[in-house]
Amino acid sequence: MKRLIWLVMGALAAAPATAQELKIGFLAPMTGIFAQIGKDMENGFQMYIDEQNGNFAGAKVTFIVEDEEGKPPVGVRKAEKLARQDRVHLMVGGLLASTGYAIAPVSNRVKTVYVLSIAAADDLTQRDLKQYPYIVRTSWTSSQPHHPLGAWACENGYKTVVSVAADYAFGHEVLGGFQKAFEDCGGKVIQKIWPPLGTKDFGPYIPTINRNADAIFSLMVGPMALQFPKQLQEAGIKKPIIGGGTSYDEFVLPSMGDEVLGHVSALQYSAALDTPRNREFVRKYREKYGKVPSYYSESNYTTAQMIHEVMKQTKGKWPGPEKFIAMITKLKLETPRGPVRFDDMRNPVQNIYIKKVEKKKMHGYDKDELWNTVIKTYPDVSQFWTYGKDKFLKQPVYSRDFPPCKYCN
Amino acid sequence: MRTTWILLAVLAVVAAAAPFAGPFVILLLAQVMVLGIMAMSVDLLLGYTGLPSLGQAAYLGVGAYLTAILATEFGLGLGWDFWLVVAMGMAAGAVTAAFFGLFAIRASGVYFLMITLALGMCVWGLAYRWNSLTGGDNGINMRGRPRLGELAFANDLVFFYVALGFFLASYFALRLLVASPFGKSLAGIRERELRMRILGYNTWLHKYIAFVVAGAFGGLAGVLWAHLNGIVSPVDVLLPASVDALLMVVLGGPGTLVGGLIGATVVVFLREYLATLVDWWQYVLGGVYVLTILYLPGGIMGLFKGGGKA
Repeated sequence: MKRLIWLVMGALAAAPATAQELKIGFLAPMTGIFAQIGKDMENGFQMYIDEQNGNFAGAKVTFIVEDEEGKPPVGVRKAEKLARQDRVHLMVGGLLASTGYAIAPVSNRVKTVYVLSIAAADDLTQRDLKQYPYIVRTSWTSSQPHHPLGAWACENGYKTVVSVAADYAFGHEVLGGFQKAFEDCGGKVIQKIWPPLGTKDFGPYIPTINRNADAIFSLMVGPMALQFPKQLQEAGIKKPIIGGGTSYDEFVLPSMGDEVLGHVSALQYSAALDTPRNREFVRKYREKYGKVPSYYSESNYTTAQMIHEVMKQTKGKWPGPEKFIAMITKLKLETPRGPVRFDDMRNPVQNIYIKKVEKKKMHGYDKDELWNTVIKTYPDVSQFWTYGKDKFLKQPVYSRDFPPCKYCN
Repeated sequence: MRTTWILLAVLAVVAAAAPFAGPFVILLLAQVMVLGIMAMSVDLLLGYTGLPSLGQAAYLGVGAYLTAILATEFGLGLGWDFWLVVAMGMAAGAVTAAFFGLFAIRASGVYFLMITLALGMCVWGLAYRWNSLTGGDNGINMRGRPRLGELAFANDLVFFYVALGFFLASYFALRLLVASPFGKSLAGIRERELRMRILGYNTWLHKYIAFVVAGAFGGLAGVLWAHLNGIVSPVDVLLPASVDALLMVVLGGPGTLVGGLIGATVVVFLREYLATLVDWWQYVLGGVYVLTILYLPGGIMGLFKGGGKA
């Protein structure tokens, strides 16, 4: 119903919105297998708007949510709708990396800012950035947390790793980052297994895992994340598991059991971060929505905060797309995930947390629950890790075949 | 003939009104035209030949991927050579259908449904896994629409007129085909294949040719589809795309050609426009389907014709 009212309002204001209004178009999957993640995304953003009573430094916020279904072409159509029909000032969201790649060209066509608040497609803020003057990313690149994770794996004595990763761009880039850093410090990825995105039965894949490996690297997304550890346990494999960020994020964690205890993963956020800022965020979010915030929620909450900061500087006046991009990338903020600033390729520089799943009490809640305890913090990590921008950009984007699997047989 | 005049009159009104429509509605109108071509190609099979194909998105996919690859890898098809790509897209659709037809035409009824579904998924599998060519899950982003001299397809209104032109051309071509003796024998096969065979018709060949022609028009829809969205993704080739096309025909009225356009209009506006207003649009679409099947076996066109058969 709310959406209907917004639409009527949108229709009445056929001309571009007035100076003291800020129209934000939000793209997230609301139906399909990623619907629940989409809800987390929306909730995070909505919570920040509610905290400000729908007012960003004098600008009234109109928040229009569209269902992108987790499908790139649908995302494109909805983005076109937001820009052309609703005439939003900026578009935010997009879940899958592939959706991010698809919506970025739309931002050019309609000359509208696109804030990638989740979609982690590496190249958008790397080799493709020049093509897209209207995009900025407030979340992460797929490989960003996984470079440090590779280094961490070396430090903790792992020599050989088998990877099981979802077979699509995001999975390729996550594993690519891990493999690059891991092999640069002496590790070896000896086998890569690629189940398709959305796999529920890992029966055909688990028996092929090379039993000589020290550890398994897993990258699962959404419902896949629940199945894999269970089926691994049922198959009697007790190797240590190192996971990509989304394998154990707070979106899937509450539905998991003891089979994931001790599993390690990396991300720019953990709900178990013991800082006053995060504790307050978790408590408020949980009170409002009845669950622990995932990085999907945090990232969108923080994105709303960043947009608000820009609007504070302009006193509620929309600065125009070019200026908005320039202003948002100059921000330095304290957020629930920690301090965040931007590099010169419009991607955040932030802490990366190596996290271990533990069962304990946290933030004053009185029940034993699974939490992603931070066991190591790599501060100020950029998307280029320690490689330096120029050298990093000379290599191709991570893919199924890059880095090549030198140690596979 | 009366149907054709009404169609022309309605399209003329839409074309005249289009410049005054909102930019999003224009985009939807263009989408209706492209899907209208796609639905007509399904109608040739379902409505005229009695072959329910569940894999028509494969040909749309082949046409769309070809367009995207030629445009991004070779810069082909962005100027006057757009016509070349149109021809190649149709040829690619036809060749794919000619290959798939060898397997599919042997079956009929529900087996035909299953085998076209399976073949369609093969194309999806290629699109999804052949990363170096198709970009895998990411699909292919196009850099921009063609420009033919003064005519910039980048302007959505221009693109709508182009799509409208292609729709009309396809409509008349297919109309001609179904009115020809060949088309009549297709209808004969639909009604009773055995009798046609006894009369001495090579029914396999007739069905095969219809299948290939439908593939060609699927390919044409694909060329336009790629430019319409600016992205080609495996999702475009997935089963729901084929099911949608089939449902559009059932909804509009099989065996009428025009029904495809009506079905496309209803589906696109319900799905893309109503979805922006309310969350429960899927129930409306589902309800429309159920009601059509229960009360309008001849589709929406059946309302006007009584029987629904052309």
